[in-house]
Amino acid sequence: MLGEEFEDRLSRVPLNLGQSGVDPFGLDPQWTKYVLAATAYLHRRYFRTEVFGARNVPAGRVLLISNHSGQVPIDGAMIGAAMFMDVEPPRFTRAMVEKWSQTLPFVSLLFSRVGQVVGVPENARRLLEEDEALLVFPEGSRGISKTFDKRYQLSDFGLGFMRLAIETNTPIVPVAVIGGEEQYVSLANIESLAKVLRMPAFPIMPQLLIPGGQLPLPTKYRIHFGEPMHFEGDADDDDSVIEEKVWAVRQTVQSMVNRGLRDRKHVFW
Amino acid sequence: MVSRKKKTPTKVVVTGVCGRLGRRVARVLHRERPVVGVDRRDFIGKPKDIEHMKLDLRRKKLRDVFRSGDVEAVIHLGVMHDPRAPQSEHHSWNVEGFGKLLEYVAQFDVKKLVVLSSANVYGPQPHNPQFLTEEAPLLGGARFSEIRDLIEVDMLAQSFFWKHPDVQTVILRPVHILGRVRNAASNFLRLPRVPTLLGYDPMVQVIHEADVVSAIVAALSPDARGIFNVAGPEPMPLSHLLRVLGRPTLPVPYSLAKPLMNRLWSLHLTSFPTPELDHIRYVCMVDDRRARDVLGYMPAHDAEETVRAVED
Repeated sequence: MLGEEFEDRLSRVPLNLGQSGVDPFGLDPQWTKYVLAATAYLHRRYFRTEVFGARNVPAGRVLLISNHSGQVPIDGAMIGAAMFMDVEPPRFTRAMVEKWSQTLPFVSLLFSRVGQVVGVPENARRLLEEDEALLVFPEGSRGISKTFDKRYQLSDFGLGFMRLAIETNTPIVPVAVIGGEEQYVSLANIESLAKVLRMPAFPIMPQLLIPGGQLPLPTKYRIHFGEPMHFEGDADDDDSVIEEKVWAVRQTVQSMVNRGLRDRKHVFW
Repeated sequence: MVSRKKKTPTKVVVTGVCGRLGRRVARVLHRERPVVGVDRRDFIGKPKDIEHMKLDLRRKKLRDVFRSGDVEAVIHLGVMHDPRAPQSEHHSWNVEGFGKLLEYVAQFDVKKLVVLSSANVYGPQPHNPQFLTEEAPLLGGARFSEIRDLIEVDMLAQSFFWKHPDVQTVILRPVHILGRVRNAASNFLRLPRVPTLLGYDPMVQVIHEADVVSAIVAALSPDARGIFNVAGPEPMPLSHLLRVLGRPTLPVPYSLAKPLMNRLWSLHLTSFPTPELDHIRYVCMVDDRRARDVLGYMPAHDAEETVRAVED
């Protein structure tokens, strides 16, 4: 069902492979292929994702700054699938993972082989210097665990991505993902319990009790890529100066989300 | 360096000269300049023009090496890495001995000091960036307290670098050195069946012992100073390295490997302390761009030659 188009795209992904067949961060195209095939299936068939503004993504280094939603980071996978299936040239999107994931057997290995790197600024800088596409959710785990009444309202953005963009002279492409907030409906987030269990959040999701409700609801995903934003200045400037620039990006993403919500006909189609 | 006018100090002192790396360094240097080796061991197959002072760095006699005033450079390789040696002996040898050496380097106006540290001072950690720069904190002792004195040596060299700007101090931090050397990495790869940790396959960097020698020689060039990470061929997954080596592997779950290693260690059945397991679990790779740009260092051996060097 993905067939020739998939293979053709795979052959056109810009890669930086060494003799051992992996890139300096451990990305192995053979592993990435299988993970991408699975996400591409979800992207095309399950969530029937519509992608807008794919042409806005420049070739070369780019920072994708997106809203975060959905309790489970399916939005990241769908952006990754869109970057591969809909953007020219097709790209393998790099994202940052939690440091503790490195202590888990198999998980750390899988993350590394499909191009996910440990979330430290040095790694982000190096990836951008190597002209990779880096996906960042500046809301962090605050964003993904939003309850249903707060859906599509962006929480605070971290500042790190802006310093990185200025330092490495990287264009920022704002991204709005619509459809993620309805895949799992969370009525409440019990923070005290999350703390005890050392989880980033403890959402209350009634749908988990319904047979089959463990799967995300098949909402229709819509991904909007905005026009690239360029920022200049001093990467080591005061927080207040950086905050202003971050605010501009946050407003852009929020208004793209608002427009996307207004324009969509239905949550499921 | 080529000028051989009388009384121009050109002599190089190499500590730990009887180790495999030390002998290689001495053999490369002795054709161009006088070499004095300092080591308490015997120098097997010593070329005639190399002077060997059979002594312990902690002894007063070390002063005699410098007294003539014609020592131009000191290469410090004499670091003890024996995990079975008692901690106190380890510390006294590595830290006290090096302290004495530093004293004489300052006192007798030696122009150049090259210290062979190791990328292990950074330590394999789950939160390591993929490539550590020279500015990264030295956390190697956090999970592996037995190597704290190696970190101390590195720090001593750093403070010497700042306190004595007239001495060109170079600290080299090479990644796992492979070859005939007897270090943990080479010994590990010489095991008949190489254990790995199930579900972990970190990216690793290795370097051929001959490439370390050329980095040391590059560090001797005039005006070279500072801290340099030194790496060999491009990084590769541990599994790829083992495939190149072509030796059978034995994947063990970490939860089993850790108590097993503790047990084997206490029974003297293995020469690998348990914390070494982190090296096949987490990344500890370095960014060596500074050595390439400033020292003009380039590894001459590719991945296959480097890995196979342990079988020489």
